[in-house]
Amino acid sequence: MYVAVKGGEKAIDAAHRLLGEERRGNPDIPEITTTQIGEQLTLAVDRVMTEGSLYDRELAAVAIKQARGDLIEAIFLIRASRTTLPRYGYSTPIETSDMLIRRRISAAFKDMPGGQILGPTFDYTHRLLEFEASETPAAPVETGPADLDRTMPRVLDLIGAEGLIEAASSTSGEPGDLTREPLAFPADRDLRLQSLVRGDEGFLLALGYSTQRGYGRSHPFAGEIRYGEVAVSFTPEELGFEIEIGAIDITECEMINQFKGSAGVPPQFTRGYGLSFGQCERKAMSMALVDRALRVRELDEEQTAPAQDEEFVLSHADNVQATGFVEHLKLPHYVDFQAELELLRRLRREAQGLDQEAAE
Amino acid sequence: MALDSPQSKNETTARQKWMSLLAGARKERLDALFPRDRRPSFTYLRKPETGLVMLRGRQGGTGSPFNVGEATLTRCSIRLANGTVGHAFVMGRSHEHAVSAAVCDALLQGAENAQLTEAVITPLAHERAERERQMALKNAATKVDFFTMVRGDVD
Repeated sequence: MYVAVKGGEKAIDAAHRLLGEERRGNPDIPEITTTQIGEQLTLAVDRVMTEGSLYDRELAAVAIKQARGDLIEAIFLIRASRTTLPRYGYSTPIETSDMLIRRRISAAFKDMPGGQILGPTFDYTHRLLEFEASETPAAPVETGPADLDRTMPRVLDLIGAEGLIEAASSTSGEPGDLTREPLAFPADRDLRLQSLVRGDEGFLLALGYSTQRGYGRSHPFAGEIRYGEVAVSFTPEELGFEIEIGAIDITECEMINQFKGSAGVPPQFTRGYGLSFGQCERKAMSMALVDRALRVRELDEEQTAPAQDEEFVLSHADNVQATGFVEHLKLPHYVDFQAELELLRRLRREAQGLDQEAAE
Repeated sequence: MALDSPQSKNETTARQKWMSLLAGARKERLDALFPRDRRPSFTYLRKPETGLVMLRGRQGGTGSPFNVGEATLTRCSIRLANGTVGHAFVMGRSHEHAVSAAVCDALLQGAENAQLTEAVITPLAHERAERERQMALKNAATKVDFFTMVRGDVD
């Protein structure tokens, strides 16, 4: 219970001015610009867009600067900003098969058509601090002997053709939208995926890790991870035909997991799917593990682990909700606390009274 | 708002192509190719305004749709003095970008098509293709060439 308290306004104003000064840091050092953040802290921007659930690099960069680099605070700012804007409609589903590939790897097949394209990655770096890297210009980038194919076949289709993996789901009807209707359980996969995309990377990473360590094992292989650019199309009412309105960078992870079969269907590999804005690869991989774990009902598996419990996972994945509830503990609870204090004193008095009675 | 006059399939395709290039252009680049002082007089049917579009993906990449997250989208509709209507739907929040794109969309439907195609659309198409080619060349250098290690010399 909260009680309106007056008298803090001056202190709050002063605290916000102090915050502004701290955010700026030493005024002798040049101020960073949001353009610099957008160009050079790209993966922070990608995370804020993914979990803020809003693709806009400039807004994400502004939020990161305003939040002093606290990404959850920045995500909160983006979510708040989004509520001020009207919704014009839904895009045509993006076609990741037509992605302009910047990175594409498979841990399941070495020689697949199109090849392994490493792209811009931290993989295989030595994780040694490079003090010079911040001061010297980057070495010129090499170019290949020939262009890559613009698009590449999907790795899972290679085994899908033989029926060795289940088909990607095809249900009919409009997908659910948790920004319109609050999430209810049990939730179908469309809503689970929407919820996981905006879910906290750290939380999903830990849950994905737990499935690998045996809490709801699903024996995954990274069938394909691809990162690149896809066009976004939209059909405005006043035109009546579809047009491209821009392009987005996106990372997709398809996990191949162990078999499922039944009396009618011979055993097949099963799928887990992850998607993120930008190059949030760790997030897309974690999401694919958790998506697969959450398919227990659908695949008629026994639910034994936290990562398989959709109500537990989806109710706690959103870091804006989580931080709101955890951080609200900072707000004045003076009356609540006074009530508990009174209760405790009374209980102690009673207990002492009983002790005295017993002693007499 | 009334639908535009019925168009043949080919016209729609050409229009889709230029609308895609106008939307995908960097706004500084569009400003350079089609400076604001070149805009003819027009009236707004819808002043530029920014909202959201919910982006959809597919479960498993190719399956049923699901809602991924939103993106900012700016739209604008104009009418030229001769009555031609131009529309723009451009991701991002730039009002000027949407106005320029809507004016170009209207002009491209009329007598100025050839001239504007040459001045704006063709350069944008070349630049997009070149950017994609450069990206593909850089990424091609990161393609793994596997080779099998030979164990000792076999004679």
